[in-house]
Amino acid sequence: MAKKDAPPRWDRKMQQRLARGEAAALGEAYDRFASLVHSLAHRVLGDEKAADAVTREVFAHIWEHPETYDPKRGPLRTWIAAVTHRLAVQRLRDREERGLGGRPGEDLDEAEEPVGGEDLESKVRRASVAARADYIVHSMPVPLRHALELAYFQRRDYRQTAADLGVTEDEARRRLRLGLQLLSTAHDVGAPPGCGGAA
Amino acid sequence: MSGAAEFRAEFGEPRERRMPTPRACVEDGGRPLPGPVDRDEGGSVPLDLPHDVLKSLLGAWALAACSAAETEAVEHHLGDCGGCADEARRLREAVGLLHQHETLDLDPALRTRVLETCLDRRPPRIPVPEWAAPYDAEAARLDALLQDFGDAEWHAPVRLRWFEDDVRTSRRTTVAGVIAHLLAVDGVIAAALGLDDPLGDTDPAPGPTARTEALWRSTPFPQTRAVRVPWREQTHALVRTVSFTGGDTGGLTVPYGGFDLPLHDAMLDRAFGCWVHAEDIADAVDYPYRPPAPRHLNKMIDLAVRLLPDALAARRRSGLSTPPRTTRHLTPAGHPGRTLRLEIEGPAGGDWLIPLDSPSATPSTDLEVAHVALDSVEFCHLAAGHLLPEEAAAGQLGDREAIRDVLYATASLSRL
Repeated sequence: MAKKDAPPRWDRKMQQRLARGEAAALGEAYDRFASLVHSLAHRVLGDEKAADAVTREVFAHIWEHPETYDPKRGPLRTWIAAVTHRLAVQRLRDREERGLGGRPGEDLDEAEEPVGGEDLESKVRRASVAARADYIVHSMPVPLRHALELAYFQRRDYRQTAADLGVTEDEARRRLRLGLQLLSTAHDVGAPPGCGGAA
Repeated sequence: MSGAAEFRAEFGEPRERRMPTPRACVEDGGRPLPGPVDRDEGGSVPLDLPHDVLKSLLGAWALAACSAAETEAVEHHLGDCGGCADEARRLREAVGLLHQHETLDLDPALRTRVLETCLDRRPPRIPVPEWAAPYDAEAARLDALLQDFGDAEWHAPVRLRWFEDDVRTSRRTTVAGVIAHLLAVDGVIAAALGLDDPLGDTDPAPGPTARTEALWRSTPFPQTRAVRVPWREQTHALVRTVSFTGGDTGGLTVPYGGFDLPLHDAMLDRAFGCWVHAEDIADAVDYPYRPPAPRHLNKMIDLAVRLLPDALAARRRSGLSTPPRTTRHLTPAGHPGRTLRLEIEGPAGGDWLIPLDSPSATPSTDLEVAHVALDSVEFCHLAAGHLLPEEAAAGQLGDREAIRDVLYATASLSRL
C-alpha cells in the first residue's frame, strides 16, 4: 500500500540530499519507492529477476542523475514512475528483439525467455497500459482504492462496501465510479502526466 | 454509432440480451463466490430509477457490485442513454486493469544489492557510517515485514522475554506494542542527538524499560498501527543524522539509565534490538524471518562480547557469582588475567578472548581456562534472553564454573 502523499517540499529536499551525495537519502528513497518501482517493472516484464534488474537501474539513475528531476513538473513519485516505465519498456524491447533475432537463449537470462505470438508493439502497448493502471491505483486517494479493493478483490457489493467503510451507500457508489474513472485514463496515451506513452 | 447503439450491438437489446459478465475472472481470495444472480428473465419491470441514480451506479455495475434489480435497471438504461453507455464501457474496461498486487514483500536482500550498485557507481559524499549500517538494514527489514499487516496482525499478542537476576522474565504486549517499545528505546539516541524525543516534553524517565512503560502509558491502549509511521520516521532520522558525524562519534555517548554507551555502540545495540523484536513479531504472526547479514551480525556479536566483562563484574557485585577460588586478589588493571575463549561459529562468527576476573584485565591465551563454542544466532538468542543458558548447545571445554558464569552474564545483557 502506498504511503500517504508526500508534500512537494519533501520531494525537493530529497532531490537536494541525493544531489549532495547523501547515502542515507538514497536509502530513504528506496524505502519509499522500491515497491512501486518493482511492481511497475514486474507488470511490464512479467518476471521477478528482470524487475529486480530494472529496480537496480532505476535507483542508479535517481542516484547518479538527481538533477534531471524537475520538482516544478510534478511529484518525485511520478518522475520515478516515468523513469521506471522507460527503463522497463526498453528492457522489454531489448529482450523481445534479441529473442526475435533468431538467437534464442543466447545472452538471455533463463527466466527472461521471450514469449512469442504477439507483436512487439502491441505487447509494449499492453504493458504500458497495465503499468499506468498500476501507477494510478498506487497513487489514487486511499478511500477510492479501498472501495475498489473491497468491491473487486473481496467481492463485496456496494452496500457491503459502504458498511465496511462506514460511509453511506451513495458515497460507496461515488467512490467506485470515481475510482474506475481514474483507472480508465490508463488507456489514454500520455496520462497520467509523466507516466508517458508506449515509448 | 452512438454509445447506446454500440452498446446494443455488443450486448443485444436490453430485453433479450444475456447478462454481460461485467468483470473478468477474479483471483479467488478464498471467500465464497457470490451466489448466482437472482434475476427473472420473464419480463419483470425494471426498477424505475432516476437518471442520476442510474449514473451513480455505473461503477458498482461495472464491478458487479449491485443488486440484481439494479443491474437490470442499469442495463435497460444503457440501451437508451448514449452518455451512460459510453461511460459504462470505459468503466468496464477499467475493471480489467485491476490487478491483484503480487506479493509486495520485496526480497530484503534486494535493498542491499541495489544500494551497493548505486554507491559503487557514484561514491557517496556523505556515507552511512559502517556502525549505523546494521541499524539501517534491520529497520528496513522490519518495516518490510510490517508492510502488509492488517489489524489482526497489528493486534497479535507478543510475549517479550528477557533475563533479570538469572530468572527469565516476560511481558505481554502486541505487535503494535513492540513497535512502540522500539520507538521509545530508539528515542534515547534521538534525544542524545538533539532530535525530537518520541516521549515529547514529558521529562522522560531514563532507561529503556522506564521509557517503554511511559510511552505505553501515554498512548491509548491498545496501541495501533498508527505507531508505524513515527517509528519509521525516527529510524530514518537517526540514520540521516548520524551520517553527518562523518563516521566519528566525537565522544558522544548515549545514556541508557544506569550506564552509557558510545553512539556507535548504541546504534549497534538498537540494530540488535530491532532484529530480536522483528523475530518476536514474525513468530507472533507466523512469518519466517532470517538473521541479519553476517557482517552486521558479526558487529552485534562483537558488541555483546565487549559488554561481557562488565556484566561479569556486575554479577560478582550482586553475589550471583562467586569470585574464582584460584585467584586471591583481583587482577590489576592492564595485567593479563584468566581468560575464556569464545568461539562463535558460522559466517558471522570469530574468536573472542574474554577477561574473566576484571573488566580492566588483559585477556591472555596463556591464561585461557575455558573454551566455549556457540552458533552465532544461538549466541544472540542467549544475549536476547530468548534462550536459557542451560539450553545453549555450547561446546564446552575447561573450567565449568567460568563457562556457566559467562553464559549467565550473556543472558543478563538482555532487558525489556
